[in-house]
Amino acid sequence: MTSRTLKAAVLAVLGATLLAAGAQAQDTIKIGVTQPLTGAFAASGNYVAQGAKIAEEEINKAGGVLGKQIQLIVEDNKSNPTEAAATAEKLIVRDKVPVMMGAWSSTLTLAVMPKLEEYKVPMLVETSSSGKITVSGNPYIFRISPTSEMEAKAFTPLFKSMGIKKADFLATNNDFGLGASKEFSEAAKREGVQVGVMETMDPKATDFSAQLAKIKASGGDTLFVTTAVEQITLILKQAKDQQLSARIITTGGSNSPEQLIQQAGEAANGSYHLVFFTPWFPEAVKNPDIAKKFVAIWNQKGHQVGGLTEGFRGWDGLHVIVEAIKAAGKAEPEAITKALWDVKVKGINGDIAFIKQGPAGKESAQNVPSVYLVKIEGGKVTRQ
Amino acid sequence: MDQLLQHGVNALILGGTYALLGIGLTLIFGIMRVVNFTHGELYSFGAYMMFMWVMFAGVNFFLALVLAVVLGIALGAVIEVLLLRRLKGADIDTTMLVMIGAWIALQNAEQLAWSGVAKSIDNPFPAWPLVLGPVSVSWNRLFVFAVALALIAGAYALINRTRLGKAMRATFQDPETAALMGVEINFVHTATFALGSGLAAAAGALLGPVFVVYPTMGDLASLKAFAIVILGGLGSIPGATIGGFILAFMEELGAGYVSSGFRDGMGFLLIIAILLLKPTGLFAQKERIG
Repeated sequence: MTSRTLKAAVLAVLGATLLAAGAQAQDTIKIGVTQPLTGAFAASGNYVAQGAKIAEEEINKAGGVLGKQIQLIVEDNKSNPTEAAATAEKLIVRDKVPVMMGAWSSTLTLAVMPKLEEYKVPMLVETSSSGKITVSGNPYIFRISPTSEMEAKAFTPLFKSMGIKKADFLATNNDFGLGASKEFSEAAKREGVQVGVMETMDPKATDFSAQLAKIKASGGDTLFVTTAVEQITLILKQAKDQQLSARIITTGGSNSPEQLIQQAGEAANGSYHLVFFTPWFPEAVKNPDIAKKFVAIWNQKGHQVGGLTEGFRGWDGLHVIVEAIKAAGKAEPEAITKALWDVKVKGINGDIAFIKQGPAGKESAQNVPSVYLVKIEGGKVTRQ
Repeated sequence: MDQLLQHGVNALILGGTYALLGIGLTLIFGIMRVVNFTHGELYSFGAYMMFMWVMFAGVNFFLALVLAVVLGIALGAVIEVLLLRRLKGADIDTTMLVMIGAWIALQNAEQLAWSGVAKSIDNPFPAWPLVLGPVSVSWNRLFVFAVALALIAGAYALINRTRLGKAMRATFQDPETAALMGVEINFVHTATFALGSGLAAAAGALLGPVFVVYPTMGDLASLKAFAIVILGGLGSIPGATIGGFILAFMEELGAGYVSSGFRDGMGFLLIIAILLLKPTGLFAQKERIG
């Protein structure tokens, strides 16, 4: 081959690649995802992203939406609110996504929210539970996870049936933890339960000996813990080291009982957990067929079993988004925002639909999800 | 009273590891005048090495601990020879920037190698804690405390009783004169950095099995180590030891009796107060200037 033909060949190949790339870019509908893939909440964020990718694959295999394939663009917000806002801006401005999903923790979601208003792009909130998110008057918020208030309401009858007389609280010092402590302690007071100490911990902290010593001295029969699985693991272990006798109940659904059994071992026995999906008994959920199928694919992919209680959020979230794109008939932020309000999806958590929350005229959308209580006994998750 | 006793025991045990971190950094910061941002990364390196040997290679827990510390010393020596030796005579800003770069590179390498998901390390200690009246403490933490005390004593002996220690102290007092007297300054620097790094790795390897291991675990450790060194006085080993315990007691009691939300803030409040009253730290040695 002469050098001239070689050059021509190289150019031809390059040109073809460029054209192909261009064509592909036009043929896909981009959906932005911002999750904590590293940092304090890394485990959970990765699971949500994995769940979303399973949904992406399924949807694309079935022909995509509006005749196009969907393409997830997943950005790492590093468990950091500043980064979360930056990833949202990047997804919207550079990748031009018409709709997003994120941002896992309440603090991260709250950091992203002003960007949604600025660029008028809707975001599906898959995990955050702080009440603030849906009552602050941001009309681009569509939340499928329960608020702490909803969780506390669902738990209310159990104060009596579990015989709770005095409750102490330990929560991570952010919007998620403080919000949950407030809602659950108020619910407890309404039920005539005495509220002991309300302790907090830095979201990055790993040593809770001081808090646990104080909780032990308070002497409640039940300790409500609100944080993510990493800190729950350590709390269970350290509570055992300090021989805390109170029964531990974790709220927020990011407690991954399976991972607790693996990492906290014996210390996990006897603890209760509020979850939004029960992969151990998929027949118990509202849409068992969908749940069973999801569990099967998850296991087939070799993802961590402990991630199922987190991963389903990504699956549910993406299906809601795609359903809205289909209803909107075009992949544009305004049309999708409008369409999301009327979406009805059979999800893994249950049937998803939105109600209005927040100040009139600027309402955010909130789903009313199912909440389940499970207990770890003898290294196994049992139904309550 | 029961609560106070428990807080006291908790603080004492926490203080041991804080002291270990502080001594490691005060050697490097005090003797070499390197603002060592990689200190926290050596801490997480120690924890990850522990994870690798125990959970992957299935090595005996105690042997893994020794291996993790030896590897920490080796990594410290490599950093010193590759980066710091070339920067001798460079101004402090340049060195600081290089160390910040090394910190970011090491942390991202850990993330790449082990992913961001937290890992836990099995330990061979009994699952039930030691209970003494109202106070209970896990065997693992007791072990950490005992080893930390032994390492602190070892570091003391090395610095005060050996030729290498004498060379280190001479270099700290006056590098030029020490060099003129025949002290191998280059070797002293490498040895000091490696020793300091080894102590950080030891703290990480000890605490990894108590807590969980994740790539950014070193950030808070690094911050606390700097606080302890400044509290105790630059280059002072007794200062770093006592500083470590003071910080632990301040945090533990502050969290127990004032507000747990400000646990990490308590220590820093104390540091601000001490620096206002005694700007050189509690136990600063007299520095020769010029």
